[in-house]
Amino acid sequence: MANADPIVDVADLWMSFPGKQPDQPVHVLERVGLQVRHGEFVCIVGPSGCGKSTLLNVLGGFLGETRGTARVEGAPVRGPDPGRIFVFQENGVFPWLTVEQNVGFGLWQRSAAERDERVRHYIAMVGLQGFERSYPRELSGGMRQRVEIARALAANARVLFMDEPFGALDFLTRLKMRQDLVRIWQSENKTVLFVTHDIEEAVQLADRVLVMSKRPATIQAEVVIDLPRPRDLDSPGYLAARDRIFSIMGMDAHGGGVS
Amino acid sequence: MSASPSRAGIGQGRLAAFALPIGTIALLLVGWHVAVVASGSDLFPKPLDVLAGLVELVEKGLLLKYVVASLFRVTWGFGLAVLVGVPLGLVLGWWRPAFLALNPVIQALRPISPIAWIPVAILWFGIADAAPIFLIFLASVFPITVSSMAGVQNMQQVYLRAAQNFGMRGVPLFRRVILPAALPQILTGIRIALGVAWLVVVAAEMIAVNSGLGYLIIDARNAGKRYDLVVAGMVMIGSIGLVLDLLVRRLERIDSVRWGYGQR
Repeated sequence: MANADPIVDVADLWMSFPGKQPDQPVHVLERVGLQVRHGEFVCIVGPSGCGKSTLLNVLGGFLGETRGTARVEGAPVRGPDPGRIFVFQENGVFPWLTVEQNVGFGLWQRSAAERDERVRHYIAMVGLQGFERSYPRELSGGMRQRVEIARALAANARVLFMDEPFGALDFLTRLKMRQDLVRIWQSENKTVLFVTHDIEEAVQLADRVLVMSKRPATIQAEVVIDLPRPRDLDSPGYLAARDRIFSIMGMDAHGGGVS
Repeated sequence: MSASPSRAGIGQGRLAAFALPIGTIALLLVGWHVAVVASGSDLFPKPLDVLAGLVELVEKGLLLKYVVASLFRVTWGFGLAVLVGVPLGLVLGWWRPAFLALNPVIQALRPISPIAWIPVAILWFGIADAAPIFLIFLASVFPITVSSMAGVQNMQQVYLRAAQNFGMRGVPLFRRVILPAALPQILTGIRIALGVAWLVVVAAEMIAVNSGLGYLIIDARNAGKRYDLVVAGMVMIGSIGLVLDLLVRRLERIDSVRWGYGQR
């Protein structure tokens, strides 16, 4: 999947944490390489605890890599950047701010007029009109994630790093959030790197799914999901892609092991 | 704390919120009266004697004067403690070298009762207002500092990361994220400190000055064993303490800090 100038470019990335014994570090990531092109929606799936979130945190600038290079938008990652916003699994919105204050948070250096306009626009885009003055504790989990997505969009982030953003939501809310996220991504021309442990979610969302191995994790396969959107969850193409990822991860679609 | 609107319904809960405490107080007063009559004591006052004592104090113009004197000292000592304790606690919670340098000193000073400082306070400040103000400051600055520090240290990392992601650092980061994230815990410390401050002003006034509710109690005892006035002073202390606590509890209902106090 080589491209002239990828937005995210990771090559031979290694990551270890100090272990219980000082001479036995825990290797989390090994030889990770991946590229994401401008405007692409890429999902990373892998078993729980394999290091998907660690990888995303390196790209987001919250963790330093042990070895190798992680380049985003042409430069090595040196820390968090307002152009690349991280969307957390839960509790990422500020509970002391209202919905509109949260959505406008990233615009703290802009004029009030510009802020108000963008805030109104993106609150409408995520469907939270009428809740502008509500506090996060008054919202459902799904609505709080909508606030966080709107906050990232309002700040005009070019890249979204999403770390299991729907992982704490119920099944129906998750389905709806996926549909809305795809709609927003299509209208906003963002690059999205989305980590999930949910294979179905990855196939519903992504242009490409990168499958990570168990720890120490590396990218073990790439599955291109060349299906039209909105995706038909009963279509043969969808089911084939899903089953292929299941089998790469050592499972079949009925929950059994592959012989 | 509001009664939870369970099956009894909200209206009934409100009634209970008034009726229950007032009924308890009425019962205590009746029990007090009966106990004094039964014991045949001629020194310890009955509730009505205390009421008469309060009226006497009002007529002499002393009650308001003493209440104002005590509140004046608390306002200064406690206010200074907030001004010093909150910023100090925030810095200690945020900047690890400051924590390492100062925390042992704070933890060693904290368990020393403000009462133990009374001789030192008199030595440094004489018997003027400054002595009790100093004691109140000492008593309330530690709970405020420690809770502000803990508020920063216990802050969820995700708030910090989100803010840094949006390019926020330095003073805006402190003002818009670290302070509000720590505020619920800061307010809890402030509430504890205000209770302690009120406790200490009375103790300090018993020794160091010649006005205030603490002075009233000691003076009534020494000048003629006026136990009706002693208890009147105690009743005023308790009532004002209750009002102060209710006022601070109201702060905890402000929208921007309510998230920090559970869902009830």
